[in-house]
Amino acid sequence: MKRALFSNIWLPVALLLPQLVIIAVFFYWPAGYAVQSSFYLQDPFGFGSTFVGAGNYQSLFRNNEYLKIANFTLWFTVIVTFFSLAIALILAVKADRVIRGAKTYRTLLMWVYAVAPPVAGFIAVIMFNQSWGPLTEFFALFGYRFQVGVNFNDTAFAMILTSIWKQVPVNFIFFLSGLQSIPRSVREAALIDNRSASGRFWTVTFPLLAPTGFFLLIINITYALFDTFGIVDTVVKGEPGNNPMTLVYKVYVDGFRGNDLGGSSAQSVVLMALVLALTFVQFRLVERRIHYT
Amino acid sequence: MAVVHFDAVQKVYPNGFEAVKPASFYIEDGEFVVLVGPSGCGKSTMLRMIAGLEEISNGVLQIGDRVVNDIDPADRDIAMVFQNYALYPHMSVRNNIGYGLKNRAVPRDVIAAKVDEAAKMLNLSDYLDRKPSQLSGGQRQRVAMGRAIVRDPALFLFDEPLSNLDAKLRNQMRIEIKALQRRLGVTSVYVTHDQVEAMTMADRIIVMNGGVIEQIGTPSEIYQSPASTFVASFMGAPPMNLLEVTRADTGLRLADQILPLDLPDTGAELILGIRPEDIIPDPNGPFSIMVDIVEELGAHRLLHGRLGDQSVTVHVPKDYTVAEGVLRFAMPIEVLSFFDAASGQRVSR
Ligand SMILES: Nc1ncnc2c1ncn2[C@@H]1O[C@H](COP(=O)(O)OP(=O)(O)OP(=O)(O)O)[C@@H](O)[C@H]1O
Ligand SMILES: [Mg+2]
Repeated sequence: MKRALFSNIWLPVALLLPQLVIIAVFFYWPAGYAVQSSFYLQDPFGFGSTFVGAGNYQSLFRNNEYLKIANFTLWFTVIVTFFSLAIALILAVKADRVIRGAKTYRTLLMWVYAVAPPVAGFIAVIMFNQSWGPLTEFFALFGYRFQVGVNFNDTAFAMILTSIWKQVPVNFIFFLSGLQSIPRSVREAALIDNRSASGRFWTVTFPLLAPTGFFLLIINITYALFDTFGIVDTVVKGEPGNNPMTLVYKVYVDGFRGNDLGGSSAQSVVLMALVLALTFVQFRLVERRIHYT
Repeated sequence: MAVVHFDAVQKVYPNGFEAVKPASFYIEDGEFVVLVGPSGCGKSTMLRMIAGLEEISNGVLQIGDRVVNDIDPADRDIAMVFQNYALYPHMSVRNNIGYGLKNRAVPRDVIAAKVDEAAKMLNLSDYLDRKPSQLSGGQRQRVAMGRAIVRDPALFLFDEPLSNLDAKLRNQMRIEIKALQRRLGVTSVYVTHDQVEAMTMADRIIVMNGGVIEQIGTPSEIYQSPASTFVASFMGAPPMNLLEVTRADTGLRLADQILPLDLPDTGAELILGIRPEDIIPDPNGPFSIMVDIVEELGAHRLLHGRLGDQSVTVHVPKDYTVAEGVLRFAMPIEVLSFFDAASGQRVSR
């Protein structure tokens, strides 16, 4: 990379300023504010606040409901991440075999990616509509009454299914281009060295996809934790009740519905720590260790 | 160790392009055959059909006593060295070399012994734990060789294995590969577009052009009696001089001289072929050329000039003093080749 040298310190500062201002205003300031308010107990009606130290955190981790949601979020994340990656990988391997580089197919699959999360949630709501949703009718064929928004498991299922559906195309595109960047001659060498197709996949193709895979793993965990907010919101229709929800949604529910800004802030800080940890893993371990060339 | 038998083997790609016209030939056990020809002539296609990486459209291919048309690459008992080496980037050199054996359920200790032996043979012993990305081009090339030889296959296939190396390394590896093949005695098919590699390595050369086999023969047959004007001009640097001649009552007319030759008169126009080193400078010789350029090559010189209105190259030893201008020379009749001007095919004398 070429290094530009500035004789005057103010020019680079001026050039960086807009970016820094945006980061400061939209990220550091609210983050700092969240950290601060996580140590206070806010009066629900806005009449001042009391410093409670780590009180909000303590009550958070003693709160059974919070732990239950954390547990659900864990499973939600594991399931969504695993199936989004696995389905996308299977599709990519199949597609790679048939259509080396066919663009239309890729574009078609990419469309789902362009669907905004709330819209995806809305589609799920339609698919699972109580009286005429096609998927509800499908389950009815087997004599099962599917009730999104009423039955915890059914709602969870709809949320998970929608979240996976929405994420598969992204993973697919990355996996497909990862597959196509494996040199043809390397695959051919493997074809001569190993007669078993699954053996070739696990010993050559899969390890060569690992950099893509780890990158996607982090992306998918982040997605399942945070970006599914819109889907969760639409599916539970803003009526948490007995419905499953993820930690991010809980932050919103407590902060804006329950007016518990302190507790909600403490939850955000926990999530921020999680993101930091993920980012750290990505940069420190993954990016450094999984590189072949 | 195996013979290879091509019986009217043809390749038509799915887009309808006929990359290899029906070809029939036979490769002897232990023979080193070089497939040579210009870019796009179908050499790689031919080799890849032997490997099983490309389907055979028509005809029968036999390796040893098996018809292999429908046999998977892994079951053909072949090993291939690719142009860009095709090493597995995530495996150490040791695992790269041993991979093919591991998948054939060879016991661990046997693999280890074979890998060590191959590594010693190829001077790779110090690099066994490195990844391919930590090796030089020449070392990668050796790993690719090692991967092929540990397999102890019936047939080696090489697709331009040296073309990514610099000239010096290429010369060295050329000799090493040839020596290795001699020692192991494994039948080999080697693709190159470098005619020096073809001449120096081959027991027999197959010259291809546009999907057609132009000639199959030993290097000296190919060099001394090319089967067509294409082979004559493709093999040899500088290429054979090709000169138009016309028939006269007493022989063939070249420029203002008559060659006293009695070729059967088929009425066809003829082309005379002569290697640059077969032209003998002789102050009393019957022919004369106008030398335009003298090319100094150290061990010898090349004189480029014109005979009448046709260009000619003459190869002279380094102790032969030359100057630009008129050079008289003679041509021994027995070294001349003749070709049909229309078809380019060799005309027998
Ligand atoms: N998959 C394919 N579909 C259609 N035509 C192809 C395909 N692969 C190769 N060809 C064509 O077949 C011809 C022979 O290709 P091939 O790779 O065998 O050439 P080559 O002699 O190895 O050339 P080079 O010296 O450049 O490697 C070329 O004209 C090429 O364009
Ligand atoms: Mg080729």
